[in-house]
Amino acid sequence: MLSGILLFNQKGENLIFRQFRNDCRGHRLSDVFRIQVISNAQVRSPILTLGSTTFSHVKHENIYIVGVTKSNANAALVFEFLYRLIALGKSYFGKFDEEAVKNNFVLIYELLDEILDFGYPQNTETDTLKMYITTEGVKSERAIEDSSRITMQATGALSWRRADVKYRRNEAFVDVIEDVNLLMSAQGTVLRADVNGQIVMRAYLSGVPECKFGLNDRLLLDGDGLTRPSGNKGGQKATRAAAGSVTLEDCQFHQCVKLGKFDTDRIINFVPPDGEFELMRYRATENVNLPFRVHAIVNEIGKTKVEYQVAIRANYGAKLFATNVIIRIPTPLNTANISTRTSQGKAKYEPSENYIVWKIARFTGQSEYVLSADATLTSMTNQKAWSRPPLNLSFSLLMFTSSGLLVRYLKVFEKSNYSSVKWVRYMTRAGSYEIRF
Amino acid sequence: MSGDSKYFARGKVAELRAELNNDRKDKNHARKKITLKKIVANMTMSNNDMAALFPDVIQCMQIQVLEIKKMCFLFLVNYARMKPDMAQNALPTLIADMDDPNPLVRALALRTLSYIHVREFVEATVQPLRHLLRDSDPYVRKTAAFTVAKLYDHDRVLVEKSDLVEVLNSLLKDDNPTVVANALAALMDIWERNENIKLTIDRANASKFVQILPDCSEWGQTYILEALMQYVPQDQTESLVMAERISPRLQHSNSSVVLTCIRVILYLMNYIGDAKEISNLCRKLSPPLVTLLAKGPEVQYLALRNALLILQRRPEVLRNDIRVFFCKYNDPIYVKVTKLELIFMLATEQNIEEVLTELREYATEIDVHFVRKSVRAIGKLAIKIEPAARQCINTLLDLVSTKVSYIVQEATVVIRNIFRKYPNQYESIISTLCEHLDSLDEPEAKAAMIWVIGQYADRIENSDVLLEDFLYTFADEPVEVQLALLTATVKLFIQRPTKGQDLVPKVLKWATEETDNPDLRDRGYMYWRLLSTDPATAKHVVMGEKPPITAEAEKLDPLTLEEMCLNVGTLATVYLKPVQQVFRTARPKRLQDSPALVRERIVDGFGLPSPQIMVQQQQQQQAQQQQQFMMQHQIHMQQQQDLGSQIDDYFAGVGSGTTVTANAGQFATTNPFAMVPVGTPMDGGEGGYVVNQNAPQQLVGGDLLLL
Repeated sequence: MLSGILLFNQKGENLIFRQFRNDCRGHRLSDVFRIQVISNAQVRSPILTLGSTTFSHVKHENIYIVGVTKSNANAALVFEFLYRLIALGKSYFGKFDEEAVKNNFVLIYELLDEILDFGYPQNTETDTLKMYITTEGVKSERAIEDSSRITMQATGALSWRRADVKYRRNEAFVDVIEDVNLLMSAQGTVLRADVNGQIVMRAYLSGVPECKFGLNDRLLLDGDGLTRPSGNKGGQKATRAAAGSVTLEDCQFHQCVKLGKFDTDRIINFVPPDGEFELMRYRATENVNLPFRVHAIVNEIGKTKVEYQVAIRANYGAKLFATNVIIRIPTPLNTANISTRTSQGKAKYEPSENYIVWKIARFTGQSEYVLSADATLTSMTNQKAWSRPPLNLSFSLLMFTSSGLLVRYLKVFEKSNYSSVKWVRYMTRAGSYEIRF
Repeated sequence: MSGDSKYFARGKVAELRAELNNDRKDKNHARKKITLKKIVANMTMSNNDMAALFPDVIQCMQIQVLEIKKMCFLFLVNYARMKPDMAQNALPTLIADMDDPNPLVRALALRTLSYIHVREFVEATVQPLRHLLRDSDPYVRKTAAFTVAKLYDHDRVLVEKSDLVEVLNSLLKDDNPTVVANALAALMDIWERNENIKLTIDRANASKFVQILPDCSEWGQTYILEALMQYVPQDQTESLVMAERISPRLQHSNSSVVLTCIRVILYLMNYIGDAKEISNLCRKLSPPLVTLLAKGPEVQYLALRNALLILQRRPEVLRNDIRVFFCKYNDPIYVKVTKLELIFMLATEQNIEEVLTELREYATEIDVHFVRKSVRAIGKLAIKIEPAARQCINTLLDLVSTKVSYIVQEATVVIRNIFRKYPNQYESIISTLCEHLDSLDEPEAKAAMIWVIGQYADRIENSDVLLEDFLYTFADEPVEVQLALLTATVKLFIQRPTKGQDLVPKVLKWATEETDNPDLRDRGYMYWRLLSTDPATAKHVVMGEKPPITAEAEKLDPLTLEEMCLNVGTLATVYLKPVQQVFRTARPKRLQDSPALVRERIVDGFGLPSPQIMVQQQQQQQAQQQQQFMMQHQIHMQQQQDLGSQIDDYFAGVGSGTTVTANAGQFATTNPFAMVPVGTPMDGGEGGYVVNQNAPQQLVGGDLLLL
């Protein structure tokens, strides 16, 4: 397992160094990482093995978070732990960057000592950790009953939740956030379209509530919970989707969800952590509703000019509108000058990024806008053809899900039997929304 | 925010000491805290001088403030080894803390004490540890569980002499799932480091562990799943039931739970005979693997590398999912390259059109390495999927027409292989290749082109002129190209004696007299004698039949594949190389024999295992049968006292970490995926078919598309 954890800034200065095993010693390790990874522009893998030492690193903001292991460690565990460390940092300090690390280095050592023992990740639930490791300095003289409660919590079956949570108003907010990915060929055929969905919940509920959560998941609605999603069975599914249910290719749940229950009868049952957490992630690949259709004609005229005609149409209902629609239209590297005309929004050429940025702040459903542009090129000595990277889109669209997913119910059961208010929001964003031309 | 960054600066030992020893009134020890923070910061900033503050810091340890204590402990863990004598002064405080009524303090003291690699500390841990393993608080027990593994790391003899391992074993019956999971992880840790220890989990225990899975933390679930690899099913229904029971874990959001679960299911599948059940399980594995692609790029990479592996063992997995592996423009390069390999593996006659369009797109991207691999993949697809060869070649020619130098060179190399695979079918494209002769400047591409000229000397009208052009710089070329030139010249002479007769003596003279390279000289002499004694044999030898080439050589051999599949999700799967080759100290893993084991490990696409491997397997089976007699019904560690291996490496330094064995950038030699050298020994230009194991473009570990 992990022999050590190191944090570096971009200059390669070692900010944090904590060893967990005898096989990882000295500052030579940090030198090795600095030389082999940080100052080596050729590095193309997040994993580097030198001798018997492996460095697994993740870059976040302006720091490198590095796990050192000996022998053949579980790499998934290492990376998942590094991600968790980042998440913890963000939840403790708001942001996990060089400044935050320097401002809280003692606390970080304290956290590391707690969440790793002999290099094995232990309880990493923010909620529990915050009970005894705090930014306001340690509350050292603590009643022993208090400590016992903490230890029960840290080792218990509900390690993610304290029992004594109290709210005057019991509320739960559910955000269904979908990232829609599209890859469209120059001919307008969809090469790949899928949705990565995420259901984020903010639970402000007292006591130990049991929640039941229902979606318009096809397998649940059809009641044949035992057959699991599998391969493409074609037409059959399409007709079902039309009937208002969606097929989830796969889903993954927060550890609070009782997986056994989901496996047998597709019921999502859980005791939520307090506050915000990601309840589930899912993937859908069938009947993806694409919010935008883009049609791009790009002509290279001779060696000195490129003509663009880009039309974008919103496919969603006229009552909805998308915000922050940004279309990035790549230009050749030797572009000298660009003139643009748009029927809506503003277009601007970004020479440093090599694309035209066309921004439409509010995009009403069913409308269509056009951009035409001419790029003048300077002559180039090298003959290499322009690689034509794909055009890409970002946007966010409220009250719309590309997969068609809907929350059917969220029930909260608690022994004190309070009533609770639940809110649901839907949002679709562009994941990697790319159109080739 | 506490804003400690002002303490994150280099300080002098003397100043810090003065600050610590300042007797002025210090309310709530605020100044001490600040000074200690400065010391902690200096410890990280590669500053070993801080060890000089040892006595002063130990003084502070007496202060009953947890925050101060924790900083002192950190200091102790870091420097105790450098000043063992001094460190002993801290021992009483730590030992006293282990009796503290507060469980957090007890656990902290135990954890700290056991990190310290000093004999007195290690010995002092044993007694209190016995009690703490039976502590009333689960938090202390779970800490104590790992302490046993830590002590084993410090001094295995000490632990083996004591009953600690047995007590640790008894923790497996604990009511608290976290304690059980930690105890299992600790046992596995010990097991991993001593090959004389056996760890068996019988059905009842395995079943119990699976039952507590849902109550464990995500990490605990990973530890339990890892331990389940030690469970050997005795009949096939048993393993099926187990696989079904753990399969809900595939839905977990933590990728280490998911990948480890996949590992266990793949393992259990070896003990399931029913083909229908197998394909049911296979179908369950695909969606979670694909879902991991929505995680961070590092986990994506890991999932993709594992998909490459799993696909070789169970081709059913991911069969219909090729599109999800199409690259996004912004994917990091290591993700793209692995996706490319997967696309290649999943390409079939049915989806080839889609695949080629995609690869054609990649071939115009910016990253040179990626572009080259894409071109190579197209060429390899021509060899892999016969009916699609024409389509692939057209795509290649299309790319050659872009005239981008590295694309042309890469295409030249693969086209040469296509000629090898399909003789007398596509030679019409030679003329297109010849148009780009000037852009060839890499040895590999040059050698490939020269091979083509030599092989088809009778069909290329001006072959002698072309060859002469290359020969012009003979002396300056690398050996690879020189060898190719030598052979090509001989081929020219054999096929068209009149055209070659001037060239041959000249080249033979260079090769034999004006070179320092023994290979080149030997080959030169050999041709010389061959040509001068028996021209008919010479023709037979030089222009002889060549063995066919395939695109399947990149598959792992069955034994390696078996071991890799037992390591799904580990670092070795990133390198896709035999585990011991990368991690010398890793304990070898093999499928354990049992009445339920299904011994049909040869998947389609594989030949029979070579006799050598069969022998190994038999030996292995025998060994396993012997082990069978020692199977325990209780989970149990057996220690066969092997004195030889129990050298007390107490204060031995760290193993040398200097030699580079598996740098991602240095995969060149002994790459198991390189195509098997198939050239006949006499046919000179053959360097080409091994295709340059030192090619500079191999940057990412264990490239499959080496060709």
